[in-house]
Amino acid sequence: MIPAAFEYVRAGSADEAIAAIAEHGEDAKFLAGGMSLLPLMKLRLATPTVLVDVARVRDLSYITDAGDHIAIGALTRHRDVETSTLLAQECGVVASVAAQVGDNQVRHRGTIGGSVAHGDAASDLPAALVALDATFVLRSGSGERTIGASDFFTGFLETALNADELLTEIRVPKAGASGFNFQKFNRRAQDWAIVGAVVATVDGAKRVGLVNMGNTPLRATAVEAALASGASIADAALSAADGCEPPTDLNASVEYREHLARVLVRRALEASA
Amino acid sequence: MKISISVNGGAQEHDVEPRTLLVQYLREDCGLTGTKVGCDTSSCGACTVLFEGESVKSCTMLAAQADGGSVTTIEGLAAADGTLHPVQQAFHDKHGLQCGYCTAGMVMAAVGFLDENPTPSERDVREGLEGNLCRCTGYHNIVEAVLAAAETGAVSGGSK
Ligand SMILES: Cc1cc2nc3c(=O)[nH]c(=O)nc-3n(C[C@H](O)[C@H](O)[C@H](O)COP(=O)(O)OP(=O)(O)OC[C@H]3O[C@@H](n4cnc5c(N)ncnc54)[C@H](O)[C@@H]3O)c2cc1C
Ligand code: FES
Ligand code: FES
Repeated sequence: MIPAAFEYVRAGSADEAIAAIAEHGEDAKFLAGGMSLLPLMKLRLATPTVLVDVARVRDLSYITDAGDHIAIGALTRHRDVETSTLLAQECGVVASVAAQVGDNQVRHRGTIGGSVAHGDAASDLPAALVALDATFVLRSGSGERTIGASDFFTGFLETALNADELLTEIRVPKAGASGFNFQKFNRRAQDWAIVGAVVATVDGAKRVGLVNMGNTPLRATAVEAALASGASIADAALSAADGCEPPTDLNASVEYREHLARVLVRRALEASA
Repeated sequence: MKISISVNGGAQEHDVEPRTLLVQYLREDCGLTGTKVGCDTSSCGACTVLFEGESVKSCTMLAAQADGGSVTTIEGLAAADGTLHPVQQAFHDKHGLQCGYCTAGMVMAAVGFLDENPTPSERDVREGLEGNLCRCTGYHNIVEAVLAAAETGAVSGGSK
Protein backbone atom coordinates (compact mmCIF):
# COMPACT_ATOMS: atom_id res chain seq x y z
CA MET A 1 0.00 0.00 0.00
CA ILE A 2 1.49 3.27 -1.11
CA PRO A 3 0.24 6.70 -0.05
CA ALA A 4 -1.19 9.06 -2.65
CA ALA A 5 1.44 11.39 -4.08
CA PHE A 6 2.38 14.46 -2.06
CA GLU A 7 5.02 17.12 -1.92
CA TYR A 8 7.57 16.70 0.88
CA VAL A 9 9.03 19.64 2.76
CA ARG A 10 11.52 19.13 5.60
CA ALA A 11 11.50 21.80 8.27
CA GLY A 12 14.66 22.48 10.25
CA SER A 13 13.02 24.67 12.85
CA ALA A 14 9.60 25.39 14.32
CA ASP A 15 9.47 28.72 12.45
CA GLU A 16 10.24 27.03 9.14
CA ALA A 17 7.52 24.45 9.80
CA ILE A 18 4.92 27.09 10.62
CA ALA A 19 5.86 29.13 7.55
CA ALA A 20 5.61 26.05 5.32
CA ILE A 21 2.17 25.09 6.64
CA ALA A 22 0.94 28.66 6.22
CA GLU A 23 2.25 28.71 2.66
CA HIS A 24 0.64 25.43 1.61
CA GLY A 25 -2.70 25.88 3.35
CA GLU A 26 -5.48 23.45 4.26
CA ASP A 27 -4.21 20.34 2.47
CA ALA A 28 -0.79 20.44 4.09
CA LYS A 29 -0.06 18.39 7.21
CA PHE A 30 2.75 18.13 9.71
CA LEU A 31 4.55 14.78 9.78
CA ALA A 32 6.13 13.93 13.14
CA GLY A 33 6.83 10.25 13.89
CA GLY A 34 4.35 9.20 11.23
CA MET A 35 3.03 6.37 13.42
CA SER A 36 -0.56 7.53 13.04
CA LEU A 37 -0.43 9.59 9.88
CA LEU A 38 1.46 7.20 7.57
CA PRO A 39 -0.84 4.20 8.22
CA LEU A 40 -3.82 6.48 7.42
CA MET A 41 -2.11 7.71 4.26
CA LYS A 42 -1.31 4.17 3.14
CA LEU A 43 -5.00 3.32 3.48
CA ARG A 44 -5.73 6.60 1.67
CA LEU A 45 -7.90 7.68 4.58
CA ALA A 46 -5.66 10.74 4.68
CA THR A 47 -4.47 12.35 1.45
CA PRO A 48 -2.52 15.49 2.30
CA THR A 49 -0.98 17.14 -0.76
CA VAL A 50 1.99 18.49 1.19
CA LEU A 51 3.77 16.93 4.16
CA VAL A 52 5.85 19.21 6.34
CA ASP A 53 8.27 16.87 8.12
CA VAL A 54 8.98 18.23 11.59
CA ALA A 55 10.72 15.14 12.98
CA ARG A 56 14.08 16.86 12.74
CA VAL A 57 13.06 19.98 14.61
CA ARG A 58 15.41 18.98 17.39
CA ASP A 59 14.80 22.16 19.40
CA LEU A 60 11.31 20.79 20.06
CA SER A 61 12.69 17.58 21.55
CA TYR A 62 13.42 18.18 25.23
CA ILE A 63 12.24 17.47 28.75
CA THR A 64 13.10 20.27 31.17
CA ASP A 65 12.35 21.39 34.70
CA ALA A 66 10.53 24.71 34.34
CA GLY A 67 10.15 25.43 38.04
CA ASP A 68 6.51 24.80 38.82
CA HIS A 69 6.05 22.28 35.99
CA ILE A 70 7.89 19.97 33.62
CA ALA A 71 8.03 21.10 29.99
CA ILE A 72 8.09 18.44 27.27
CA GLY A 73 8.88 19.43 23.68
CA ALA A 74 6.17 18.19 21.30
CA LEU A 75 8.69 16.33 19.13
CA THR A 76 10.00 14.26 22.04
CA ARG A 77 9.70 10.61 21.10
CA HIS A 78 7.80 8.12 23.25
CA ARG A 79 11.10 6.32 23.89
CA ASP A 80 12.71 9.47 25.28
CA VAL A 81 9.66 10.18 27.46
CA GLU A 82 9.69 6.57 28.68
CA THR A 83 13.37 6.66 29.68
CA SER A 84 13.58 10.21 31.06
CA THR A 85 15.01 10.25 34.58
CA LEU A 86 13.65 13.77 35.11
CA LEU A 87 10.12 12.60 34.33
CA ALA A 88 10.58 9.47 36.43
CA GLN A 89 11.28 11.71 39.41
CA GLU A 90 8.95 14.60 38.75
CA CYS A 91 5.99 13.14 36.85
CA GLY A 92 6.50 9.40 36.72
CA VAL A 93 3.02 8.72 35.40
CA VAL A 94 3.84 10.23 32.00
CA ALA A 95 6.97 8.09 31.59
CA SER A 96 5.15 4.93 32.63
CA VAL A 97 2.25 5.54 30.27
CA ALA A 98 4.62 6.30 27.37
CA ALA A 99 6.27 2.92 28.01
CA GLN A 100 2.93 1.23 27.23
CA VAL A 101 2.40 2.87 23.84
CA GLY A 102 2.57 0.35 20.98
CA ASP A 103 5.88 -1.48 20.73
CA ASN A 104 9.59 -0.59 20.66
CA GLN A 105 9.52 0.25 16.96
CA VAL A 106 6.55 2.58 17.44
CA ARG A 107 8.14 4.25 20.46
CA HIS A 108 11.36 4.86 18.53
CA ARG A 109 9.46 7.03 16.02
CA GLY A 110 6.20 8.27 17.58
CA THR A 111 6.15 11.53 19.50
CA ILE A 112 4.13 12.84 22.44
CA GLY A 113 3.03 15.81 20.35
CA GLY A 114 1.80 13.52 17.59
CA SER A 115 -0.23 11.50 20.11
CA VAL A 116 -1.81 14.70 21.39
CA ALA A 117 -2.43 16.30 17.98
CA HIS A 118 -3.92 13.10 16.57
CA GLY A 119 -6.57 13.34 19.30
CA ASP A 120 -7.52 9.66 19.50
CA ALA A 121 -9.57 8.72 22.57
CA ALA A 122 -8.03 5.24 22.33
CA SER A 123 -4.50 6.64 22.77
CA ASP A 124 -2.78 6.30 26.10
CA LEU A 125 -0.94 9.57 26.64
CA PRO A 126 -3.90 11.91 26.03
CA ALA A 127 -5.86 10.32 28.90
CA ALA A 128 -2.88 10.76 31.22
CA LEU A 129 -2.49 14.38 30.13
CA VAL A 130 -6.19 15.09 30.67
CA ALA A 131 -5.98 13.54 34.14
CA LEU A 132 -2.96 15.72 34.93
CA ASP A 133 -4.71 18.81 33.56
CA ALA A 134 -1.68 19.40 31.32
CA THR A 135 -1.30 22.59 29.31
CA PHE A 136 -0.49 22.58 25.59
CA VAL A 137 1.39 25.35 23.82
CA LEU A 138 0.25 26.01 20.22
CA ARG A 139 2.14 28.28 17.85
CA SER A 140 1.23 29.76 14.48
CA GLY A 141 2.35 32.69 12.37
CA SER A 142 0.07 34.94 14.39
CA GLY A 143 1.54 34.01 17.76
CA GLU A 144 1.38 31.54 20.59
CA ARG A 145 -1.49 30.42 22.81
CA THR A 146 -1.91 27.91 25.60
CA ILE A 147 -4.88 25.62 26.18
CA GLY A 148 -5.80 23.13 28.89
CA ALA A 149 -5.93 19.45 27.95
CA SER A 150 -9.65 19.04 28.64
CA ASP A 151 -10.51 21.99 26.37
CA PHE A 152 -8.14 20.73 23.68
CA PHE A 153 -9.85 17.41 22.90
CA THR A 154 -13.16 18.40 21.33
CA GLY A 155 -14.54 15.28 19.61
CA PHE A 156 -13.79 12.08 17.73
CA LEU A 157 -10.28 12.68 16.32
CA GLU A 158 -11.01 16.38 16.72
CA THR A 159 -8.97 18.91 18.64
CA ALA A 160 -8.79 22.66 19.12
CA LEU A 161 -5.64 22.76 16.98
CA ASN A 162 -6.03 24.98 13.92
CA ALA A 163 -4.63 23.70 10.63
CA ASP A 164 -1.83 26.29 10.68
CA GLU A 165 -0.86 25.65 14.31
CA LEU A 166 2.09 23.64 15.53
CA LEU A 167 1.88 22.05 18.96
CA THR A 168 5.24 22.97 20.49
CA GLU A 169 5.14 22.03 24.15
CA ILE A 170 3.28 19.95 26.73
CA ARG A 171 3.40 21.18 30.34
CA VAL A 172 2.70 18.73 33.13
CA PRO A 173 2.54 19.33 36.88
CA LYS A 174 5.18 17.94 39.22
CA ALA A 175 3.11 14.97 40.28
CA GLY A 176 6.13 13.14 41.67
CA ALA A 177 7.75 9.73 41.40
CA SER A 178 4.91 7.70 42.95
CA GLY A 179 1.18 7.61 43.57
CA PHE A 180 0.33 6.68 40.00
CA ASN A 181 -0.70 3.62 38.04
CA PHE A 182 -1.81 2.77 34.52
CA GLN A 183 -4.07 -0.18 33.81
CA LYS A 184 -4.21 -0.92 30.11
CA PHE A 185 -6.54 -3.72 29.09
CA ASN A 186 -6.03 -5.34 25.72
CA ARG A 187 -6.05 -8.81 24.30
CA ARG A 188 -3.00 -8.74 22.06
CA ALA A 189 0.51 -7.43 22.56
CA GLN A 190 1.21 -3.96 21.13
CA ASP A 191 -2.51 -3.18 20.77
CA TRP A 192 -4.43 -0.08 21.71
CA ALA A 193 -6.33 -0.28 24.99
CA ILE A 194 -9.84 -1.71 24.84
CA VAL A 195 -10.17 0.42 27.97
CA GLY A 196 -7.44 2.04 30.03
CA ALA A 197 -7.43 3.75 33.41
CA VAL A 198 -4.69 6.04 34.57
CA VAL A 199 -4.37 7.39 38.10
CA ALA A 200 -2.03 10.14 39.25
CA THR A 201 -1.70 12.09 42.48
CA VAL A 202 -1.47 15.87 42.15
CA ASP A 203 -1.17 18.00 45.29
CA GLY A 204 -2.36 15.07 47.39
CA ALA A 205 -5.54 14.48 45.35
CA LYS A 206 -6.21 11.52 43.07
CA ARG A 207 -6.75 12.23 39.38
CA VAL A 208 -8.31 9.61 37.14
CA GLY A 209 -8.13 9.48 33.33
CA LEU A 210 -9.93 7.05 31.01
CA VAL A 211 -8.76 5.67 27.67
CA ASN A 212 -11.34 4.67 25.05
CA MET A 213 -14.45 5.43 27.08
CA GLY A 214 -15.89 8.08 24.78
CA ASN A 215 -15.17 10.35 21.83
CA THR A 216 -12.33 12.04 23.66
CA PRO A 217 -9.90 11.10 26.42
CA LEU A 218 -11.82 11.61 29.65
CA ARG A 219 -11.40 12.44 33.28
CA ALA A 220 -13.48 10.35 35.69
CA THR A 221 -14.63 13.34 37.71
CA ALA A 222 -17.29 11.38 39.63
CA VAL A 223 -14.59 9.04 40.95
CA GLU A 224 -12.35 11.93 41.90
CA ALA A 225 -15.20 13.68 43.72
CA ALA A 226 -16.20 10.52 45.56
CA LEU A 227 -12.63 9.98 46.75
CA ALA A 228 -12.32 13.60 47.82
CA SER A 229 -15.44 13.26 49.95
CA GLY A 230 -14.02 10.21 51.70
CA ALA A 231 -15.47 7.25 49.75
CA SER A 232 -13.53 3.99 49.76
CA ILE A 233 -11.67 3.00 46.60
CA ALA A 234 -14.15 0.20 45.93
CA ASP A 235 -17.12 2.54 46.22
CA ALA A 236 -15.56 5.41 44.28
CA ALA A 237 -14.60 3.11 41.40
CA LEU A 238 -18.24 2.14 40.92
CA SER A 239 -18.86 5.54 39.32
CA ALA A 240 -15.97 5.17 36.83
CA ALA A 241 -18.28 4.88 33.82
CA ASP A 242 -20.75 7.56 34.93
CA GLY A 243 -21.54 9.93 32.09
CA CYS A 244 -19.34 7.99 29.63
CA GLU A 245 -20.58 7.03 26.19
CA PRO A 246 -18.04 4.40 25.22
CA PRO A 247 -17.80 3.03 21.71
CA THR A 248 -18.93 -0.44 20.80
CA ASP A 249 -16.77 -2.45 18.38
CA LEU A 250 -15.38 -5.91 17.65
CA ASN A 251 -13.51 -5.91 20.94
CA ALA A 252 -16.16 -4.87 23.39
CA SER A 253 -19.76 -3.81 23.88
CA VAL A 254 -20.75 -0.67 25.76
CA GLU A 255 -21.63 -2.70 28.86
CA TYR A 256 -18.33 -4.56 28.81
CA ARG A 257 -16.39 -1.30 28.49
CA GLU A 258 -18.33 0.17 31.43
CA HIS A 259 -17.49 -2.91 33.47
CA LEU A 260 -13.83 -2.69 32.48
CA ALA A 261 -13.70 0.99 33.45
CA ARG A 262 -14.98 0.22 36.95
CA VAL A 263 -12.59 -2.69 37.45
CA LEU A 264 -9.54 -0.96 35.97
CA VAL A 265 -10.11 2.26 37.92
CA ARG A 266 -10.35 0.25 41.12
CA ARG A 267 -7.15 -1.63 40.31
CA ALA A 268 -5.32 1.56 39.35
CA LEU A 269 -6.44 3.30 42.55
CA GLU A 270 -5.41 0.32 44.68
CA ALA A 271 -2.03 0.09 43.00
CA SER A 272 -1.40 3.81 43.39
CA ALA A 273 -2.59 4.12 46.99
CA MET B 1 13.67 14.02 -4.65
CA LYS B 2 17.32 13.08 -4.14
CA ILE B 3 18.12 11.15 -0.99
CA SER B 4 21.34 9.73 0.35
CA ILE B 5 21.29 7.08 3.01
CA SER B 6 24.05 4.96 4.46
CA VAL B 7 22.74 1.43 4.04
CA ASN B 8 24.73 -1.29 5.79
CA GLY B 9 27.67 1.09 5.90
CA GLY B 10 27.69 1.92 2.16
CA ALA B 11 26.53 5.24 0.72
CA GLN B 12 23.40 4.97 -1.43
CA GLU B 13 22.05 7.82 -3.51
CA HIS B 14 18.74 7.68 -5.33
CA ASP B 15 16.10 9.88 -6.82
CA VAL B 16 12.79 8.77 -5.28
CA GLU B 17 9.20 9.91 -5.08
CA PRO B 18 8.48 11.40 -1.64
CA ARG B 19 5.84 8.72 -1.03
CA THR B 20 8.37 5.88 -1.38
CA LEU B 21 8.30 3.79 1.77
CA LEU B 22 11.62 2.85 3.30
CA VAL B 23 10.93 -0.85 2.81
CA GLN B 24 10.13 -0.32 -0.85
CA TYR B 25 13.28 1.75 -1.23
CA LEU B 26 15.43 -0.93 0.38
CA ARG B 27 13.94 -3.75 -1.67
CA GLU B 28 13.46 -2.04 -5.03
CA ASP B 29 16.07 0.72 -5.23
CA CYS B 30 18.82 -0.89 -3.17
CA GLY B 31 17.97 -4.46 -4.22
CA LEU B 32 18.07 -5.65 -0.63
CA THR B 33 15.19 -8.10 -0.48
CA GLY B 34 16.04 -9.60 2.92
CA THR B 35 13.62 -7.15 4.52
CA LYS B 36 10.09 -8.53 4.15
CA VAL B 37 6.65 -6.97 4.01
CA GLY B 38 4.20 -8.99 6.08
CA CYS B 39 1.10 -7.04 7.05
CA ASP B 40 1.90 -3.69 5.42
CA THR B 41 -0.15 -2.13 8.24
CA SER B 42 2.50 -1.45 10.89
CA SER B 43 1.55 -4.48 12.97
CA CYS B 44 3.75 -7.49 12.26
CA GLY B 45 7.32 -6.20 12.38
CA ALA B 46 8.51 -8.34 9.43
CA CYS B 47 9.85 -5.13 7.86
CA THR B 48 11.93 -4.13 10.91
CA VAL B 49 15.30 -2.55 10.18
CA LEU B 50 17.59 -0.38 12.28
CA PHE B 51 17.53 3.36 11.65
CA GLU B 52 20.33 5.15 13.48
CA GLY B 53 20.80 1.89 15.40
CA GLU B 54 17.18 1.70 16.60
CA SER B 55 14.48 -0.70 15.42
CA VAL B 56 11.80 0.82 13.17
CA LYS B 57 9.06 -0.60 10.95
CA SER B 58 10.23 0.26 7.45
CA CYS B 59 6.71 -0.07 6.01
CA THR B 60 5.70 2.88 8.18
CA MET B 61 8.54 5.23 7.40
CA LEU B 62 9.27 7.20 4.27
CA ALA B 63 12.62 6.78 2.58
CA ALA B 64 12.68 10.59 2.67
CA GLN B 65 12.58 10.48 6.47
CA ALA B 66 15.76 8.40 6.48
CA ASP B 67 17.59 10.80 4.18
CA GLY B 68 21.02 11.62 5.61
CA GLY B 69 20.81 8.82 8.18
CA SER B 70 22.00 5.25 8.45
CA VAL B 71 20.01 2.07 7.99
CA THR B 72 21.01 -1.50 8.81
CA THR B 73 19.15 -4.41 7.25
CA ILE B 74 19.51 -8.15 7.76
CA GLU B 75 22.08 -8.18 4.92
CA GLY B 76 24.31 -5.90 6.98
CA LEU B 77 24.66 -8.12 10.04
CA ALA B 78 27.04 -10.92 9.06
CA ALA B 79 30.76 -10.18 8.83
CA ALA B 80 32.41 -9.85 5.40
CA ASP B 81 33.79 -13.39 5.70
CA GLY B 82 30.28 -14.73 6.24
CA THR B 83 30.52 -15.18 9.99
CA LEU B 84 27.01 -14.77 11.32
CA HIS B 85 26.09 -12.01 13.75
CA PRO B 86 25.65 -13.48 17.27
CA VAL B 87 21.86 -13.04 17.04
CA GLN B 88 21.75 -14.80 13.66
CA GLN B 89 23.93 -17.58 15.03
CA ALA B 90 21.67 -17.94 18.06
CA PHE B 91 18.54 -18.20 15.86
CA HIS B 92 20.36 -20.94 13.93
CA ASP B 93 21.50 -22.77 17.06
CA LYS B 94 18.16 -22.56 18.86
CA HIS B 95 16.03 -23.23 15.81
CA GLY B 96 14.41 -19.81 16.17
CA LEU B 97 12.59 -20.02 12.85
CA GLN B 98 10.18 -22.20 10.97
CA CYS B 99 9.04 -20.81 7.61
CA GLY B 100 11.43 -17.90 8.10
CA TYR B 101 9.15 -15.12 6.92
CA CYS B 102 9.26 -13.16 10.17
CA THR B 103 12.92 -13.95 10.79
CA ALA B 104 14.67 -10.95 9.27
CA GLY B 105 12.38 -8.63 11.24
CA MET B 106 12.72 -10.68 14.41
CA VAL B 107 16.49 -10.69 14.18
CA MET B 108 16.68 -6.94 13.53
CA ALA B 109 14.24 -6.19 16.36
CA ALA B 110 16.30 -8.43 18.63
CA VAL B 111 19.58 -6.76 17.66
CA GLY B 112 18.08 -3.33 18.38
CA PHE B 113 16.54 -4.55 21.61
CA LEU B 114 19.74 -6.16 22.94
CA ASP B 115 21.61 -2.97 22.18
CA GLU B 116 19.22 -1.17 24.55
CA ASN B 117 18.97 -3.99 27.07
CA PRO B 118 22.04 -6.30 26.90
CA THR B 119 21.04 -8.40 29.93
CA PRO B 120 17.31 -9.03 29.56
CA SER B 121 15.05 -11.39 31.46
CA GLU B 122 12.77 -13.70 29.51
CA ARG B 123 9.89 -11.32 30.17
CA ASP B 124 11.96 -8.38 28.89
CA VAL B 125 12.59 -10.29 25.65
CA ARG B 126 8.92 -11.07 25.20
CA GLU B 127 7.98 -7.44 25.75
CA GLY B 128 10.90 -6.19 23.69
CA LEU B 129 9.71 -8.22 20.71
CA GLU B 130 6.00 -7.47 21.10
CA GLY B 131 6.03 -5.56 17.83
CA ASN B 132 6.96 -8.71 15.90
CA LEU B 133 4.52 -11.44 15.01
CA CYS B 134 5.39 -14.97 13.94
CA ARG B 135 2.61 -16.66 12.00
CA CYS B 136 4.28 -20.00 12.67
CA THR B 137 3.96 -19.04 16.35
CA GLY B 138 7.47 -20.23 17.10
CA TYR B 139 7.91 -17.70 19.88
CA HIS B 140 9.40 -20.11 22.38
CA ASN B 141 12.55 -20.77 20.38
CA ILE B 142 12.80 -17.16 19.26
CA VAL B 143 12.91 -16.04 22.89
CA GLU B 144 15.44 -18.79 23.66
CA ALA B 145 17.58 -17.56 20.79
CA VAL B 146 17.54 -13.95 21.95
CA LEU B 147 18.43 -14.99 25.50
CA ALA B 148 21.25 -17.16 24.15
CA ALA B 149 22.55 -14.27 22.06
CA ALA B 150 22.50 -12.05 25.14
CA GLU B 151 24.55 -14.67 27.01
CA THR B 152 27.35 -14.38 24.46
CA GLY B 153 27.68 -10.75 25.51
CA ALA B 154 28.74 -9.89 21.96
CA VAL B 155 25.71 -8.02 20.72
CA SER B 156 25.64 -4.44 19.56
CA GLY B 157 23.50 -2.62 17.03
CA GLY B 158 25.23 -2.79 13.67
CA SER B 159 25.24 0.85 12.68
CA LYS B 160 25.62 2.58 16.02
C1 LIG C 1 1.55 -0.57 15.55
C2 LIG C 1 1.14 0.66 16.30
C3 LIG C 1 0.67 0.54 17.59
C4 LIG C 1 0.29 1.66 18.31
N1 LIG C 1 -0.16 1.46 19.58
C5 LIG C 1 -0.52 2.55 20.31
C6 LIG C 1 -0.97 2.38 21.66
O1 LIG C 1 -1.03 1.27 22.19
N2 LIG C 1 -1.31 3.49 22.34
C7 LIG C 1 -1.23 4.73 21.80
O2 LIG C 1 -1.53 5.70 22.49
N3 LIG C 1 -0.82 4.93 20.53
C8 LIG C 1 -0.46 3.87 19.77
N4 LIG C 1 -0.01 4.06 18.49
C9 LIG C 1 0.02 5.43 17.94
C10 LIG C 1 1.28 6.14 18.36
O3 LIG C 1 1.14 6.55 19.70
C11 LIG C 1 1.63 7.36 17.52
O4 LIG C 1 2.98 7.58 17.76
C12 LIG C 1 0.99 8.66 17.85
O5 LIG C 1 -0.39 8.47 17.89
C13 LIG C 1 1.30 9.72 16.80
O6 LIG C 1 2.54 10.33 17.00
P1 LIG C 1 3.47 10.61 15.75
O7 LIG C 1 4.59 11.46 16.23
O8 LIG C 1 3.82 9.36 15.10
O9 LIG C 1 2.51 11.53 14.84
P2 LIG C 1 2.20 11.52 13.27
O10 LIG C 1 1.64 10.22 12.85
O11 LIG C 1 3.35 12.06 12.53
O12 LIG C 1 1.04 12.63 13.25
C14 LIG C 1 -0.25 12.36 13.76
C15 LIG C 1 -1.13 13.59 13.53
O13 LIG C 1 -0.73 14.68 14.36
C16 LIG C 1 -0.31 15.80 13.59
N5 LIG C 1 0.86 16.33 14.30
C17 LIG C 1 1.96 15.62 14.70
N6 LIG C 1 2.78 16.39 15.42
C18 LIG C 1 2.21 17.62 15.47
C19 LIG C 1 2.59 18.86 16.08
N7 LIG C 1 3.71 18.96 16.81
N8 LIG C 1 1.77 19.93 15.95
C20 LIG C 1 0.62 19.82 15.21
N9 LIG C 1 0.20 18.69 14.62
C21 LIG C 1 0.99 17.60 14.74
C22 LIG C 1 -0.05 15.28 12.20
O14 LIG C 1 -0.28 16.26 11.22
C23 LIG C 1 -1.06 14.14 12.10
O15 LIG C 1 -2.31 14.64 11.77
C24 LIG C 1 0.39 2.96 17.73
C25 LIG C 1 0.87 3.09 16.44
C26 LIG C 1 1.24 1.97 15.71
C27 LIG C 1 1.74 2.15 14.32
S1 FES D 1 5.08 -5.15 7.13
FE1 FES D 1 5.72 -3.50 8.37
S2 FES D 1 4.87 -4.01 10.26
FE2 FES D 1 4.09 -5.62 9.00
S1 FES E 1 8.90 -18.49 11.27
FE1 FES E 1 7.14 -18.46 10.02
S2 FES E 1 6.33 -16.52 10.49
FE2 FES E 1 7.80 -16.76 11.98
